Amino acid sequence: MNRIIKLKRTVSFCSVAAVGGYEERRGPLGERFDFCDMTDTFGQDTFERAEGEMGKLALNTALTKANLSHNELSLLVAGDLQNQCVGTSLGLSGFGVPFLGVYGACSTCTEALLVLSAMMEAHADMRYGAAVTTSHNSAAERQFRTPIEYGGQRAPSAQWTSTAGGAFILGRDEREPRITELMVGRIVDGGTTDGSNMGGAMSFAAADTIISYFRESGASITDFDAIVTGDLGAVGSDILRELLSRELPGSERLHTDCGLMLYDMKNSDVHSGASGCGTSAATLAAHFIPEMREKKYRRILFLSTGALMSPQSLLQKQNIAGIAPLIRIECSQ
Amino acid sequence: MQAIYEIILAALMGGALCTVAQLLIDLTSLTPARILVLYVSLGVLVYAVGLYDLLLPIFGMGISIPLIGFGAAIGRGVRETIISEGAIGILSGGLSAAAAGVTLALIMGLLSALIFKPRSKRM
Amino acid sequence: MEANEKKRLIKKHSPHTRVLKNAVMSFIFGSIICGSGQIIFRLLQSYIGDARASATLVTLIFIFIGSALTGFGVFDRIARHAGAGTLVPVTGFSNAVTSEAMDSESEGTVLGVGSKIFTVAGPVILFGVASGVVYGIIFFAARLIAQML
Repeated sequence: MNRIIKLKRTVSFCSVAAVGGYEERRGPLGERFDFCDMTDTFGQDTFERAEGEMGKLALNTALTKANLSHNELSLLVAGDLQNQCVGTSLGLSGFGVPFLGVYGACSTCTEALLVLSAMMEAHADMRYGAAVTTSHNSAAERQFRTPIEYGGQRAPSAQWTSTAGGAFILGRDEREPRITELMVGRIVDGGTTDGSNMGGAMSFAAADTIISYFRESGASITDFDAIVTGDLGAVGSDILRELLSRELPGSERLHTDCGLMLYDMKNSDVHSGASGCGTSAATLAAHFIPEMREKKYRRILFLSTGALMSPQSLLQKQNIAGIAPLIRIECSQ
Repeated sequence: MQAIYEIILAALMGGALCTVAQLLIDLTSLTPARILVLYVSLGVLVYAVGLYDLLLPIFGMGISIPLIGFGAAIGRGVRETIISEGAIGILSGGLSAAAAGVTLALIMGLLSALIFKPRSKRM
Repeated sequence: MEANEKKRLIKKHSPHTRVLKNAVMSFIFGSIICGSGQIIFRLLQSYIGDARASATLVTLIFIFIGSALTGFGVFDRIARHAGAGTLVPVTGFSNAVTSEAMDSESEGTVLGVGSKIFTVAGPVILFGVASGVVYGIIFFAARLIAQML
């Protein structure tokens, strides 16, 4: 069975919006964000609510940019990193749009775009849909690691959960770029129980998806300008490039990672790079979609990468599993 | 002169105990929370074998401020209460010796929770 | 791919912890805390006289400092460099207690703070007390036997 779903109907990016916090504004993509809150609180009294507010802000910005009302959205697919996805469901509750909450750890951005595209492929009368993904450093630290004010040291392989979010309005317009192919990832064992090395754990899932995609599609690596992973960071990117150079020689040179783009890797204390599902969402919205509209990229493979685990599974010494869903984004010319 | 000598010895001992813990964290899979537990239990042991009372006059706060001192206080509480009150000291000695420190830490925690809000981390 | 190959790749590409730098930093901060503790101890002792009470007071002072620095959001910035240098002295214990308490205030003072405050304090107190009980039993039994002989 071929795992690649080719879209026959038009599913294009009508508008995108990226929001972030203090560290994201200071990063190389900072000026391209639509909004950054330098307090990281987004006017809320808890960081959990701040994350919800961030998603709401991103969606409102994207709607304004597309000149649409939320009533015109047929479907909202969204997720975040909090328990039971509650940041998203509370933050976006006011829109009154049919909602699907998705969780794929840091792969949520691609997962949401993939689910939304598949729904729009299946229903011709669905004109507009939105995908929203957020992560908040302080909410995630509380959830997965230690209290915010706890005095600990991060391992050199550890990544920095981004306070960032992205919203994407997909529609039927002849706008560029478009989503043309989807491939659902497989759960791949990450080979480690180390919660400070999620990039390494996710790299095998990313390799599995990329290698499967080229094997099944018969596409040539020269068809693409970039293979973009979500948040492998420095460690995961190194492993992925080694795996790709073995199996698909040449493809490793196309690889870029959102986790290496969000922060200044040289001059800030970021360790192995950015992580969190907002990383790939904000980088896609602030960098790749605008660059594709300026024809700097013609065709890319975009795969956010997720580390599947919970605080309990880590304490119980279970291996971290990786997941990497893929979408193909291209301009027609 | 004697005072400076004391301060240097305390600093050396305190630094050494911290470095051992740091090496345990970096070179083994021991987490910081486990280190704290290890040092407290070690403190009880060091007191039980009589080493603590030998080291305290030499290294002073260098051995008393690290959590070893907390464990040693528990050990001393148990021992002294058993001597003065009998078997009940096995149960009552430890916590009563540690009471001041634990209570202050908890009260400070509670007050901080009411007064301060956590601020998001910066790199 | 085999699990061993995955482990090998992760190990190969993961940067090493800077063990030497961490060790030196933890030593510096640990000695500063304990050295200054000794100064405070001498001052208190010359004032109070009683050595044991002075030592307890020094511990309490450092618990207070650790907690206050946590409240003002400074502790984590120091500990990032100090590592075990601020963890092993009682400052680390008081930071763990205070940071957990501050973090969980949004879930309610009673059930949030009331339970989470013991996340790190709980194990320390539990295993400290448990070690004390083991020692107490041995010490009591040894005394009993010594008295009988």
